[in-house]
Amino acid sequence: MTFEWIQVPYALATLFIILNYGLLMTAVVQKLAARVGGRPGIPVWQNYIDLVKNFALRSKISHGVMYYLGPVFRLSGGIGLIFFVPTIYGSTWAQNFSFAGDLILALYFIFFGTLGMALGAGESGHPHSAIGVSRGLAQVTAAELPMALAVYAIAIQYQTLSITEIVAAQQGGLFNWTLFTNPIAVAAAMFAYVGTTMRSPFDVVIAPQEIPIGPPTEYHSAYLALMQTNRVIFPIAKTIIYMNIFFGGATNWAEFAIKVFLLYMIPAVIGVVHPRFRVEQSIRFFLKWGLPVGVLAILMV
Amino acid sequence: MKDVDDKFLKNIDKEFPLREELRPRTVTTPDGQEIEIEPLKDYFCEAAPKVHPKAYIPIVENFYNWARANSLWILGFGTGCGAIEMRPLMTPRFDAYRYGIQWRPTPRQANLLMISGYLSVKTLKRAVRAYEQMQGPKYVVGLGSCTINGGMYWDSYNTIKKLDQYLPVDLYIAGCMPRPEALLAGFMDLKKLIKAGKCEGANKYAENFAFYKENQKSVIKDWDMPDYNW
Repeated sequence: MTFEWIQVPYALATLFIILNYGLLMTAVVQKLAARVGGRPGIPVWQNYIDLVKNFALRSKISHGVMYYLGPVFRLSGGIGLIFFVPTIYGSTWAQNFSFAGDLILALYFIFFGTLGMALGAGESGHPHSAIGVSRGLAQVTAAELPMALAVYAIAIQYQTLSITEIVAAQQGGLFNWTLFTNPIAVAAAMFAYVGTTMRSPFDVVIAPQEIPIGPPTEYHSAYLALMQTNRVIFPIAKTIIYMNIFFGGATNWAEFAIKVFLLYMIPAVIGVVHPRFRVEQSIRFFLKWGLPVGVLAILMV
Repeated sequence: MKDVDDKFLKNIDKEFPLREELRPRTVTTPDGQEIEIEPLKDYFCEAAPKVHPKAYIPIVENFYNWARANSLWILGFGTGCGAIEMRPLMTPRFDAYRYGIQWRPTPRQANLLMISGYLSVKTLKRAVRAYEQMQGPKYVVGLGSCTINGGMYWDSYNTIKKLDQYLPVDLYIAGCMPRPEALLAGFMDLKKLIKAGKCEGANKYAENFAFYKENQKSVIKDWDMPDYNW
């Protein structure tokens, strides 16, 4: 794919839309979860206020260079994921910088933020951060295994590693979606999706009630604001990949909004009705149930 | 009523030796090197707190204050019986989340320290450390009459009486104990104060640092931490 300078403002516009969509959608999902508990819940604009508040704090302290770079790596993981994956199929400006092998790059970017965070949280010197990060890496690694297998199955099925071509192959009707042409691979990938959105039952890593809040224990002020920004961008970016390779992609922003919201509701609904797993329980769960489905998906293709 | 606070614990000259693990010492590393260790200096930053100026443009500061007022993050640190009255605020009956109030598990991310009831001297030490680790602008709310004048603990041998001698308090919520409704009303008042720009507790603490430290050290006899630990 050729590069043109106009792609840069186009990609930034996509990022802007996704940021605002993410801020509102996560608040709506939080509100829905609160309604399940019988509470009115936060206002839908609460995320914006929290973000401004954290940027407006007057004092901040640093624990070193890597401590600075932790949130930066995390945010670049989320933004990179958006930039290298086509958001809207067929749109001239929401294609971003997608290219022939972007599926592999996307898999890498999903992990990139967690690794950066491990370095940053490690330097903060707080034992809770170190424990939280090691828990997070262990759990995310186990959860990503079925996803990796599902992606191989999809790549064999469509004979390509380009997300755009995979979306193109699914156009022309509901039953062309990977969901119906290769349901086993989708089932395997959904294990990973539920496991890595950091919602209950797999949120022991960052849950405030556990060892206090895990990796971000020492993060505050603008550092925390960067991480909050990533926490709304990253789930959307990940959902875009799932939507593209399993659920037919989106041809316009309305379809995008509906599909991402519905996909995000899957872990949200599972989250409000299930208690939290411990790390060793969730790893065992993914290896016992997720991994065999992933292997089966490869064998079926 | 006799005010016992002036003399409270101040006429005791008992010296507490520093705990063994905090004393400066020489340690031999596994490869035979001899290094000096001074735990109180090595593990903590000793710089005194600074006064942070407001934003230059008033409208920006007002906007920031509005955001701060609508996003109050409370440090989940319950000191006395008042902690019990705070928990119902998370439940469907009162639900403080709809006012932008959240509980944060770490002092780094919190802006509001609730001293929820009496403070024993031992707890005061932890409250001071937690307060100093919070990032400014930060607010302190005293809950219940024990934080105002000692309340029912007015003649206790081990409980501080007036909280504002040890930490800069922005707001008191009177009662023994105040009900959750009173807490919500108090939060609304605190929001008004923050929006009016009157909650500058962090700067007050930095300006009168010597005063607060003198009061804290006069009651905390086993002072085994640096003067300002963040």
